[in-house]
Amino acid sequence: MEFCADPATIEGAKWWLCYLTTPKHQQFYFSFLTVLALILLVAPITLILGFGGALARRSRFYPLKLFGQIYTSMVRGVPDIVFFMFVPIAMDQGLEIIRHWINCPDVTGAIYQGNDFVVCTAAKLPLSTSPQWVHETYGFFLALVAFSIVFGAFAANTVDGALNAVPRNQLETGRAYGMTSGQVFRRVHLPQMWGYALPGLSNLWMILIKATPLLFLLGVEDVVYWARELGSSKTSIFTYPHPDWRIWYFAALLVFYLLLTWVSEKIFARFRTRFTRGQASSAGKIAIEAGQ
Amino acid sequence: MSCGQTILDYGLRSIGIGARLLPKADITLCEQVVLIGSGMIWNVYLALIAVTLGFFSATMLATAKASSNPIFERPARAFIFLFRGSPLFIQFFFGYELFVILPKVGFDIPLGFTTITVETAWFTKAWLGALIVLFFNTTAYSAEIFYGALRSVPSGDIEAAESFGMSGFKRFRRIIWPTLLRLAWPSYTNEAIFLFHATALVFFTGFPAWQQRGDALYYSNYFAEKTFNPFVAYPIVAGYFILFTLVIIFVFSRVNRRLNRHIAPELRSRVRYRPQIIR
Repeated sequence: MEFCADPATIEGAKWWLCYLTTPKHQQFYFSFLTVLALILLVAPITLILGFGGALARRSRFYPLKLFGQIYTSMVRGVPDIVFFMFVPIAMDQGLEIIRHWINCPDVTGAIYQGNDFVVCTAAKLPLSTSPQWVHETYGFFLALVAFSIVFGAFAANTVDGALNAVPRNQLETGRAYGMTSGQVFRRVHLPQMWGYALPGLSNLWMILIKATPLLFLLGVEDVVYWARELGSSKTSIFTYPHPDWRIWYFAALLVFYLLLTWVSEKIFARFRTRFTRGQASSAGKIAIEAGQ
Repeated sequence: MSCGQTILDYGLRSIGIGARLLPKADITLCEQVVLIGSGMIWNVYLALIAVTLGFFSATMLATAKASSNPIFERPARAFIFLFRGSPLFIQFFFGYELFVILPKVGFDIPLGFTTITVETAWFTKAWLGALIVLFFNTTAYSAEIFYGALRSVPSGDIEAAESFGMSGFKRFRRIIWPTLLRLAWPSYTNEAIFLFHATALVFFTGFPAWQQRGDALYYSNYFAEKTFNPFVAYPIVAGYFILFTLVIIFVFSRVNRRLNRHIAPELRSRVRYRPQIIR
């Protein structure tokens, strides 16, 4: 806005208007979209990995079963933050080692030299010559993978539990009607599973929302990064000098997350009535009696 | 340097006893194991105090939420929503900033024979500030668990207590509370485990590690950055956490057995560890 040209001369509402629309603030607002994008991308991947993990765990093929068991139980007992710290750096190094082997076969020096991790320049990820947005996207991508792996494991536990919770006699009835095991799974097992999985999955969604500030730990310029950046006190060298306002920025984040969880809770309450409809559970019976 | 010397130097480093400088070059496995183990003191301290105090406050908060009087019920509901609906990560940041802007003064608390000076600057230190945030957080989560259990206390039990002439606090202490605990215990075990895991967040959220006195994850992060090798330090911290998680499960299972001792064996609720997660 043209009257923002000289912020030192303006005050009041105009000052606020100019202050809240600086390019840095626009990046701050954009970072909220980053958070939402992460949630919306991780959720479907998590579901797929969750199904994969749960089915692998129930597989009759032993190596696959073992893999499923390791995958689903790795998140027990260890704080997930350890995984969030570990997965991105391990994956980053893994990719760089592979690229080192492919791109620089003539470099023979060891990669782990004492306290150093040395790969050739062509193996760096992203290349040091690539523009800033590539670096940022790569950081986001690493975070996405870390979130997907960890939450996939949680979802696999939930889905596995839900598949076990479907009453056995339902499945046996399906078999008695002459359905193949695939048909039993698709027509009886899977539709009934949702009712049992939903509480766990909705819980997982809430946890996913509340885990997104961890993006900050992974070096992504997320809401927490910008709140700290913009809120810290600015001396008169800056265009918009102000004291330490971080508490207000964090208060705004608090409100953002509370709104997000509140809206999700309302939506899941609707889902719950839908999925339990017609199921042989007490919630389902209540739903029928209520005429829903 | 022998491993014994390392233990002497770094065994209590996280609380400021021992060598001042952290290992910088030629980091050995022993140094990593010892220093990360020393960091676990913080995790155990924070979790132990927060869960112990949180247990009592959560009981009160749960009864307040179940109260029919809106003066108790509304604030309790709001408190629980506030701390369960927002990330602990943000709560730590917010709490720290809040404690920083507290006026830097000391309060004198006369105790008759002596006087304790409480400084508000302590709130910005992890041992008190982070503890308060964790305490509020576990209070909210546990209160929700206890509230759920409170609502599933069989109404026949309560009616029986009334017909015996019990009411008010006596009825609560003798009838409702034991049943509430028995019903809530499996979930509460998990809550204790999650809170223990959540202590790993403290030094990554606002609260500075004063003189490099940090928790287990702080040190393993330090080693991972120094050695560029995440495959040693993080598995060590994971191992420590699994170990202490097993201890929690053991202790809580013992309590659970005692709470269930009057119940027929096939009806007893078992502590089942459910994986979770961040808050």
